[in-house]
Amino acid sequence: MGAETTSFLDSAIMLLYLVATSFFIIGIKRLGSAATARSGNQLAAIGMLLGVAVTLFDQQILRYEWIVAGMVLGGLIGAVLARSVAMTSMPELVALFNGLGGAASALVAWGEWERVGATGLGPDALVTIGLSLLIGSITLTGSLMAFGKLNGFITGKPITFPAQNILTIVLMAAMLVASGLFAWDPSIEMLFWIILGGSLLLGVLTVLPIGGADMPVVISLLNSYSGLAASMAGFVLNNPLLIVSGALVGAAGLILTNIMCVAMNRSLLNVLFGGFGGGDSATGATEGAGAATDLIIKETNADDIAIQCGYADKVVIVPGYGLAVAQAQHVVKEVATLLEQKGVEVLYGIHPVAGRMPGHMNVLLAEADVPYDQLYDMDQVNSEFSTTDVVLIIGANDVVNPAAKSNPGSPIYGMPVLNVQEAGRTIVFKRSLKPGFAGIENELFGAEKNQMFFGDAKKSLQDLVRALKENE
Amino acid sequence: MDLIFNLFVFVLASFVGFELISKVPPTLHTPLMSGANAISGITLIGAVLIIGSLPVLLPESTADWIVGVIGFLAIVFASINVVGGFMVTDRMLEMFKKKK
Repeated sequence: MGAETTSFLDSAIMLLYLVATSFFIIGIKRLGSAATARSGNQLAAIGMLLGVAVTLFDQQILRYEWIVAGMVLGGLIGAVLARSVAMTSMPELVALFNGLGGAASALVAWGEWERVGATGLGPDALVTIGLSLLIGSITLTGSLMAFGKLNGFITGKPITFPAQNILTIVLMAAMLVASGLFAWDPSIEMLFWIILGGSLLLGVLTVLPIGGADMPVVISLLNSYSGLAASMAGFVLNNPLLIVSGALVGAAGLILTNIMCVAMNRSLLNVLFGGFGGGDSATGATEGAGAATDLIIKETNADDIAIQCGYADKVVIVPGYGLAVAQAQHVVKEVATLLEQKGVEVLYGIHPVAGRMPGHMNVLLAEADVPYDQLYDMDQVNSEFSTTDVVLIIGANDVVNPAAKSNPGSPIYGMPVLNVQEAGRTIVFKRSLKPGFAGIENELFGAEKNQMFFGDAKKSLQDLVRALKENE
Repeated sequence: MDLIFNLFVFVLASFVGFELISKVPPTLHTPLMSGANAISGITLIGAVLIIGSLPVLLPESTADWIVGVIGFLAIVFASINVVGGFMVTDRMLEMFKKKK
């Protein structure tokens, strides 16, 4: 094949990469609206297919057997995981995929280093190999740690030991210095292994002290890292498609990380080094708050709630992760349908940290056939409460705690919350008032307009369904 | 010079990414994240280029074996990321329906 053909083929590949890049950008754009999201994802998938397919025409590629075998094997595993995962386990799956993506990018850098040999690479190639290895490895072990914490293999409580933060920072600095030295003098082969081992350890160290409640931040951040790692691999191979796609994903992850931090009123540094957020306190599992002895609470029952809701014009349901733990999404939907048949307007008010990853609660409700136009985010629903008759708070706690606004001494002071107390009546579905662990007191439980409905979330809702049917 | 040029591309693409994603409603954050996650599996292309450079099916030297094993693992991991990521995102988005 002549030189002209080669250069024509290279140009054609680059132009088709440009088309694939455009598909990614338009695809992500379309993912931004519920009506077009599905087609956006499909467009991005076509872009990926195109990018991979044209790469197979690259002159560098001599044999295809291992490529095809690897793709078939990986594709099958991915397909089985994607089809079988329960929606409640979505954060674990995303963490796992993140980790694998990061690992692949680190392996690409490693492979290029082995293939060309350290002495054949210039300093700029070596810098990017070092960084790709560093970020990819941190993403791998960090994601595996997050996976373990979400799955319960590793305790959700922060694991801390003396001088941990100092160790992490020193190790991070050492790895950056090692990456610089690696580019400066590639003949010291040991540096490569130091970077690899050090960054694998760094991934573990950074996620270890982070509590289960902060997982939405961690997953978003690791998502960003996996994009950066892919981008760095693109620098290594001088491949613009990898650089652009990785940068897009890196930006997406950073924005989501920031949104989650704002929703919890925490800075990123505080999440990473604070060792706060044990168990599920911030996501508000059913047994979140400690008992407040001086609160005078009013108890209610299913029949009374059915009557109150039946006469209401507008009911807002505030779900927390406790609802998903009790597997009660479908019963909630049944309650909503029965109320709608009585002519009541029903909305769902969803706090950004209501699930285990950004937007998780919305997916769980969508699975229970709740239409997305009934899912209101925090800002939207806060302007609805003043005209709402009844708010049903199910498995949520901190996200409706008025202390976040009124009590500067509260640990959650400043966190944006749902202003449920503006509504005519609030009803909290909760297992008991008993102090679970040292949680945060919730004044809402003793408020004038509040009533408590004690019991398991799912059973309580089933009782409510029965009561609503009897009232017809 | 390549490094500087690549840095240009990287920075500009990051700006595009920030613009694209900052307007996504919270309802779609999970599918957005898993879709973006699938796109980061683009590193599959890098893995293909690395293992594809080996001239024979069963490498003769130890060095080539190492490259082969690394490349193969990278292809498997990235393929899981890509195929699983896009499929699970589609599965989620299929459930998002408007009120009848």
